[in-house]
Amino acid sequence: MNWINILIQGGLLGGFYALFAIGLSMSFGIMRLVNIAHGDLIVLAAYVGMVATWYTGLDPFLSLVIVVPVMFALGYTLQRGLLNQTLSGGLLPPLLVTFGISIIIQNGLLQGFGAYDHRLQEGAIETASLRLPGGLSIGVYPLVVFAVALFAIASLQLLFYRTRLGRAFRAVSDDSDTAELMGIDNRKLYALALGIAMIFTAIAGVLFGIRTIFAPSAGPIRLILAFEAVIIGGLGSMWGTLIGGMVLGVAQAIGAAVDPTWQILAGHLAFLAILIVRPSGLFPRTRD
Amino acid sequence: MTLLRTQNLSAFYGDFQALFDINVTVEQGETVAIIGANGAGKTTFLRAVAGAIESAPEMVVFDGQPIGNKTPHEIVRLGIAMVPEGRRLFPSLSVEENLLLGTHSERTGYWNLKRVYELFPRLYDLRHLPAPSLSGGQQQMAAVGRGLMSNPRLLLCDELSLGLAPVVIRDIYQCLGAVIAEGTTVVLVEQDINRALDASARFFCFQEGHLALTAPVKDFDRAAITAAYFGV
Repeated sequence: MNWINILIQGGLLGGFYALFAIGLSMSFGIMRLVNIAHGDLIVLAAYVGMVATWYTGLDPFLSLVIVVPVMFALGYTLQRGLLNQTLSGGLLPPLLVTFGISIIIQNGLLQGFGAYDHRLQEGAIETASLRLPGGLSIGVYPLVVFAVALFAIASLQLLFYRTRLGRAFRAVSDDSDTAELMGIDNRKLYALALGIAMIFTAIAGVLFGIRTIFAPSAGPIRLILAFEAVIIGGLGSMWGTLIGGMVLGVAQAIGAAVDPTWQILAGHLAFLAILIVRPSGLFPRTRD
Repeated sequence: MTLLRTQNLSAFYGDFQALFDINVTVEQGETVAIIGANGAGKTTFLRAVAGAIESAPEMVVFDGQPIGNKTPHEIVRLGIAMVPEGRRLFPSLSVEENLLLGTHSERTGYWNLKRVYELFPRLYDLRHLPAPSLSGGQQQMAAVGRGLMSNPRLLLCDELSLGLAPVVIRDIYQCLGAVIAEGTTVVLVEQDINRALDASARFFCFQEGHLALTAPVKDFDRAAITAAYFGV
């Protein structure tokens, strides 16, 4: 029974990691941009949420009506004004530039808010749980986060496979030169893509801030977890990213059950093991 | 009426000059073939017209408007569509999605999905398949269809016959006849000289980046073409 509990808790945690990973997966999938600042952008979103709750008195969930447009605008501007300039010179320039953005965000947050830990307070839902038969209990909040991850991925799939914009995203991902010849303005499309990716980053950031304490230095760990979820799942597959997150979550839960200090390490070991057995991930570039 | 004019069009790949002072005109409604050996600059010429290679504004004039410095997506919107060499369909899109990509030019006109399927009935049955699962000839039809979906005034076709069986090539050129009859101006790049000349009223022969010969097809002299083609 204990093992079932571990699987469930780990699986739900995976939804959280998948949510971290969606923005990263999207920007890599569409513009081959490895966004080193992704983790810091998640943390930045949590801070934006915090400031929004200070000034408006909204609770953290509702602060998303402010955080989402702010992060969308930031993503759009960042891509249009800066990252588009780096994309023609191979893989290295975007890596270096996003690494720089990462340092700027961390230090900006440190300057503005200090090195203290912060939290977003959502109230009773944080500790509420559902009792299931057999002595299992499931936290309501992890369940909500998992549902949000499912909803986020499903809506992205709809966007990619049912809309004109999604078709353009896939075409640009396949062959950006030919897409340009068909009348697609790649630069504008990339800006939209990072904007949309940042919508999911905003949601991930606020949910992260409710779940746990955060500080300006919290970004890089989120980046690694997001990377691992994307790589385990296979590049370019959103549902794969969810599975990747769940593999990571379950491995961590098992590690923690063996010895609490093993939790993080167990996740990384699972990642390495999968990298050895299936270097291209579990579901590389599936059609949907 | 002159639809396309190039004035001393030169094009470079880095330090390498691929086109030297090309001066040609294409009249509205005519079909022109560009012939020449490998590396003569035929594809470079098409890419320069389509905006994939940047040139000075006045070097390419379309419908009286200088477009040499415009980006490819701006040029498609003005009405120049490219059927690229090797088809270049989007592999993760279905056939129909590939065709619909042509509508991103935001141009409307005679061509739509229904008309393209009437032109290439085989594509209708295959429309939900991924593009790479089609045969070479079917892919070429889809690539032409995708170009037509942008309702171009000028259609640039790069090596339509590349890697296809003679019977398939004949089919595709027959369909192209319907496109030309619709009033679309067509520039054909081909290595298969006879095929290209059959479909066109006029031809340009390129040789090592220079315009070696231009003449109406009916006046052409086999020996003159050979000389221009090989530079002997």
